[in-house]
Amino acid sequence: MKDDVVICRCEDVTYGQIVRAIDEGLTSLEEIKRVLRCGMGPCQGRTCSRLIARIIAERTGRSMEEIGFPLDRPPVRPVEIGILAGERDEA
Amino acid sequence: MKRSADCVIIGGGIIGTSVAYYLAKSGMTNVVVLEADYLASGGTGRCGGGIRQQWSTEPNARLAMESVRIFQTLEEELGEDIEFLQGGYLVLAYTDEDVAQFEKNVALQRGLGLNVEILDPEEIRQRVVKELNTDGVRMATYCPDDASANPFLATRAYAAAAKRLGVEVELFTPVRRILAENGRVTGVETNRGVIQTPRVINAAGSHSVPLAKTVGVDLPIQPYRREILVTEPLERFFHPMIISFSFGIYFRQVRHGSVIGGFAYPDEEPGFNQTSSVDFVTTMSKKLAYLMPVLENVKVVRQWAGLYDVTPDAQPILGVTDGLEGLYQASGFSGHGFMIAPMVSTLLSQIVLGREPDLAVDRLNLRRFEGDIDLDHSVV
Repeated sequence: MKDDVVICRCEDVTYGQIVRAIDEGLTSLEEIKRVLRCGMGPCQGRTCSRLIARIIAERTGRSMEEIGFPLDRPPVRPVEIGILAGERDEA
Repeated sequence: MKRSADCVIIGGGIIGTSVAYYLAKSGMTNVVVLEADYLASGGTGRCGGGIRQQWSTEPNARLAMESVRIFQTLEEELGEDIEFLQGGYLVLAYTDEDVAQFEKNVALQRGLGLNVEILDPEEIRQRVVKELNTDGVRMATYCPDDASANPFLATRAYAAAAKRLGVEVELFTPVRRILAENGRVTGVETNRGVIQTPRVINAAGSHSVPLAKTVGVDLPIQPYRREILVTEPLERFFHPMIISFSFGIYFRQVRHGSVIGGFAYPDEEPGFNQTSSVDFVTTMSKKLAYLMPVLENVKVVRQWAGLYDVTPDAQPILGVTDGLEGLYQASGFSGHGFMIAPMVSTLLSQIVLGREPDLAVDRLNLRRFEGDIDLDHSVV
């Protein structure tokens, strides 16, 4: 895969950045998320987590099961503060 | 993994990694940092990243001011971007008690040379944050030199710099127990075997308590869940951390553009619960929508929780352990570890090396809990 292929579309993180992070010793999704921000954008990793887990598996020889997934954090999808505050209903 | 070291540090958060760095910088390089999970996976990586110098007691203010002095050149020193920004802290007063306390605080802080001033609501909007709803705000204290940084990046930067100096950082290596013989520390037992060492620094946040227990030491620290949320990124429009003890909130806009913030439930029960609650996200949204109405259409993308390691006087436990030579405590930061880490860790490294610390920190020793505790509710 080419280095400039975007893996995390929310935060514009490329394949090359992820590979370099793994080679620097960040071998879990939780660590890569915290340093590169992939999985912190609006989709919360629903698009990229599986792709990154695969890249980790390829680079480290570990299985997908071993790598696991980051803890899903609420809310399931982004919600406006005004709605959460109960000031108005969802459109 | 090494089988022996001059010092073993338990905990790969901001404290553990920065103590390792300052020890190595002072010449003790045969040091191992043991982290049960990944770097900053505990309290450090879950905190809001605020760096406040506006404290209400002289020793705390000095500790914080010295820490900011170190933070100011830390990126250069460690060779990494840690998103350090002196965007200020705006502390809002809503009650008579707030006003009286803040006037005292500002007098004390100015006496120490801190650049801090009192603003009325109009000055707050005109000079600091025009989007802030100041209804009910009596006044605020504002220190433009207070700051913030990214806790993950700061921890990583300290760890990387320590490694360059020869320190070993072992991740995913939980410590099962501390080993001691005849009143002296002799090593630690991990999931990957024993490391022999005459010095152990217990910097494991709330997990310091069970670790100390393995050598019969009781630490009066209770874990308390603290929740926090983050929004989608916005163009930068405000710079200070905005907090209020009486309103119950802290929030700031990080460099990336997200607004991040939380508040503490006064009746939270102690425990290791780190789940997120619906009540938090809705209550926090109400607070944000009230204080900054422009945020109403902004989306919350994520919430999480972390643990404060809280002592009876909300002050950290730092330094030697009476009766057990070689065991050093560095926990119980009660929610303020990140902001004072650079100076605290500098001082602890001096103590470990047998030098006179630059600031006296005897008041933070574990032995203060032996007699009656002097509870000062205005310490923060």
